[in-house]
Amino acid sequence: MSFEIVIGLEVHAELATNTKIFCGCTTRFGGEPNTQTCAVCSGQPGALPVFNKAVADHAITAGLALNCEINQHNRFDRKNYFYPDLPRAFQLSQLFLPICKNGHLDIETGKGTKRIGITQIHMEEDAGKLIHDQGAQCTYVDYNRGGTPLIEIVSAPDLRGADETIAYLEKLREILLYLGVCDCKMQEGSLRADVNLSVRPVGSAKFGVRVEMKNMNSLKAIHRAIAYESQRQIDLIEDGRSHELVQQTRRWDDEKGVSVGMRSKENAQDYRYFPEPDLLPLEVSPEWIERVRTAMPETAAAKRERYAGLGLTSADAAMLTTAKPLSDLFEQAAEFCKKPKETANMILGGVMRLMNDTATPADDLALDPGKLADLIVLIEDGTINRNAGKDALEALFKTGADPRAYIEEHGLAMTQDTGLIEECVDKALATNPQSIEDFKAGKEKAFGFLVGQAMKELRGKGDPQLINKLLKEKLG
Amino acid sequence: MDIREMTALEIGRRIKNKELSCEEAVSAVLGAIDATDGKLGAYISVQKEEALAAAYSVQKRLDAGEELSPLAGVPVSIKDNICVKDVPATAGAKMLENFRPVYNATVVEKLEAAGMIPIGKLNMDEFGMGSTTESSIFGPTKNPWNLERVAGGSSGGCAAAVASGSAALAIGSDTGGSIRQPSAFCGVTCIKPTYGSVSRYGLMGSASSFDTMGPMGKDIRDCAAALKIMSGPDRRDSTCVIDAPFDFNGCFEGGVGGMTIGLPENYLGDGLSVDTREAILNAAKTFESMGARVERFTMPMVEYAVPAFYIIACAEGSSNLSAFDGIKYGYRSPDAQSLAEVYVKSRSEAFGFEAKKRIMLGSFVLSSGYYDAYYNKALQVRGLVVDAFKKAHEKYDFILSPVTPSGPYRLGESLKDPQRIYLADVYTVPVNLAGLPAVALPCGQDSDGLPVGMQLIGRRFGEPTILRAADAFQQKANYHTRRCPL
Repeated sequence: MSFEIVIGLEVHAELATNTKIFCGCTTRFGGEPNTQTCAVCSGQPGALPVFNKAVADHAITAGLALNCEINQHNRFDRKNYFYPDLPRAFQLSQLFLPICKNGHLDIETGKGTKRIGITQIHMEEDAGKLIHDQGAQCTYVDYNRGGTPLIEIVSAPDLRGADETIAYLEKLREILLYLGVCDCKMQEGSLRADVNLSVRPVGSAKFGVRVEMKNMNSLKAIHRAIAYESQRQIDLIEDGRSHELVQQTRRWDDEKGVSVGMRSKENAQDYRYFPEPDLLPLEVSPEWIERVRTAMPETAAAKRERYAGLGLTSADAAMLTTAKPLSDLFEQAAEFCKKPKETANMILGGVMRLMNDTATPADDLALDPGKLADLIVLIEDGTINRNAGKDALEALFKTGADPRAYIEEHGLAMTQDTGLIEECVDKALATNPQSIEDFKAGKEKAFGFLVGQAMKELRGKGDPQLINKLLKEKLG
Repeated sequence: MDIREMTALEIGRRIKNKELSCEEAVSAVLGAIDATDGKLGAYISVQKEEALAAAYSVQKRLDAGEELSPLAGVPVSIKDNICVKDVPATAGAKMLENFRPVYNATVVEKLEAAGMIPIGKLNMDEFGMGSTTESSIFGPTKNPWNLERVAGGSSGGCAAAVASGSAALAIGSDTGGSIRQPSAFCGVTCIKPTYGSVSRYGLMGSASSFDTMGPMGKDIRDCAAALKIMSGPDRRDSTCVIDAPFDFNGCFEGGVGGMTIGLPENYLGDGLSVDTREAILNAAKTFESMGARVERFTMPMVEYAVPAFYIIACAEGSSNLSAFDGIKYGYRSPDAQSLAEVYVKSRSEAFGFEAKKRIMLGSFVLSSGYYDAYYNKALQVRGLVVDAFKKAHEKYDFILSPVTPSGPYRLGESLKDPQRIYLADVYTVPVNLAGLPAVALPCGQDSDGLPVGMQLIGRRFGEPTILRAADAFQQKANYHTRRCPL
């Protein structure tokens, strides 16, 4: 029997607001424990939440990008459960009236474009963090993360297998990043995905027993977890042990490469949801939605279309939009030098090679777009040749060196002295008679060698086109 | 004249006129606390040093010619579920026996900015859950009119302190009658303001959608002066929807002439004591004698108000009390060996009977399978109560009603028949269900010589009307000037 894997995702994205969802504390990552807390987010008696409207702006932005309906009547509900990372022992979330619903996201699969349903997006607050001290046999609580705004994006069970799931997550990640909604750092937990997975015989219309998997903190881990868990379920069914397949939550252990049962549906908690009485209902007016729509940053897909209009190939446009810092650099540098194609070539050829060599992630890219534009102009107007350009780019990339100053300092400007160039070409010919023979015998390589020799005589400052021209004349 | 006999506004006037210093006012109240509190148990803690220091600095500001408020320099006593920075706030609970808030409630900030001087924290039922102040771990507050009786609750300490003169003015909280009922029992005057007119920031929530804070004093003008200071929008409480602080200028002029008063006939039937009925009917006559028209009508939904109120109050309360988990602050069981034990033992050992009962009831009505049958139904009743008041207020400027079915209980009596005590909230809880303002003021005495109170229920943000009516009554009748024997 062959099986089909059915997957729905719950993606938690921490929103990139400056302050928390119900108080004025900063959302910065990595502060000293409990230094980014106040009476509200540490759950002091008598403190009250006040909703940060920027959170709704971000949620609406995501909803519009994912083709959702935006709900006008919103409110928050209390989800009651005890855990030390939750200072008031309830989390404010949206159970009854989520802010967005009925959207979709189109992904590219091996079999073409596929539409994945977005059931709903709701806003909620993140919890704090527990730090276990094995040595001291105790646990500390850090509430810095508590109250950080999240959206939970719930997909329909439309995904079939790991590849579609990863494609969906990559597309979603790109959208959220480009919108500035979330910084999408899975390692820091700002983007987390819970995978709801079941299997069923191909052709069956009925869903199988669903397992929810948690604790995958990279796309690779998600891929592995799906492979493992789907096989586990298939094995149980094929062994005639379907009864052991129960609806439950399982934790992915990436080190051991296995999923471990956490709690089953029978032991599921009753969260006793009810409307948060400390907040008024949140009304989202059509004007509010329009305001957000107008202010929405361009999506990656829209950028690719626009880049094509600037004369870039679709492959180049796709490469430039793999990371927002790259497309930002491209747009700003191209804006300065007005040479989009040359800028794209410089980034895709030069900058990305250097990023690769130095293992610099796109997020750490700190290249001044103005200086990069200068460098492009210097090459294109013939002030320096491409080799010198390479050196200047490396200096710019590594030390931020200004290209003009660097060229000046290292004397890299091409010589304009045609007499000198001719002298050097003659010298190259005189010292390499064998190459002349080879060239005349049809060896094209020999020509390149002669160009190189002439350039060497000129200490790299020659105009390659002029050298070519002179060589051809003399050999011709 | 003894400062203890003076209204808060009178103290404020004399301080302004330099006939009295802030320090003298503070010392007089401290002296009254010393003289009475051993018998009453109205105070949980007294901030003598802080109050004297504040008196010094307020006096300096006044001497420098600063205009603060008509209540500048007047000591104010505060219910123990309202946060005053660095001062114990126990809410009458073992859970918070050693708790000190790190911040000031908005009302405390406002009172201090107006030159009032916080002097002590007042006794109350545990977390405001109760109506006799007997569930406080510090013991019950006794009624200054009769020490065998309760002061009422949950703001029992506030009412007893004002009645006995050991508080010039008190700030209480009202979730289902917690300001009005003890005021009636102790013969003091109070106002429970419209929900959303006073910031709740810094009030330990009992039931968030009902909780309000209001002043309790010797007469309605004291209460109006304090409410004016306490009210107004607050960026820290988004449910505080009022646009600007109340401005009661000129609100006491004009009397009740031309007003139409609704008197719910079905509030006067079975269950209401003869003495209270008589006092209410007499009050109606007094209003008529001043030119108001009193019309009898039937108030619908009365029989559903108490159950609906308790379902919602327990639901919200059970969740609000979840924060007391033994992790961050408050009581933690010394015997807990695991996380589950920290929760179970700390909460089992620290919460009192009433809090536990409400946590269980509240958790039940919110649990899946029962939510619609209880919680949702209660919300529907709440909507109908709102409508019933709206309709009544289309015809009437305010509604005249009893506060309690009978006078103050004997100490210990409430523990024998808890259901009767819940049902005794029948006149007060509908006001909270609808979020309306109500003043309560003395209007007679029963056969035991104990005070009887009435309440005037106004329209949403209709405080000026009920303040004017209460003031007209107090100008005419003098029940509020009767002083307890203590």
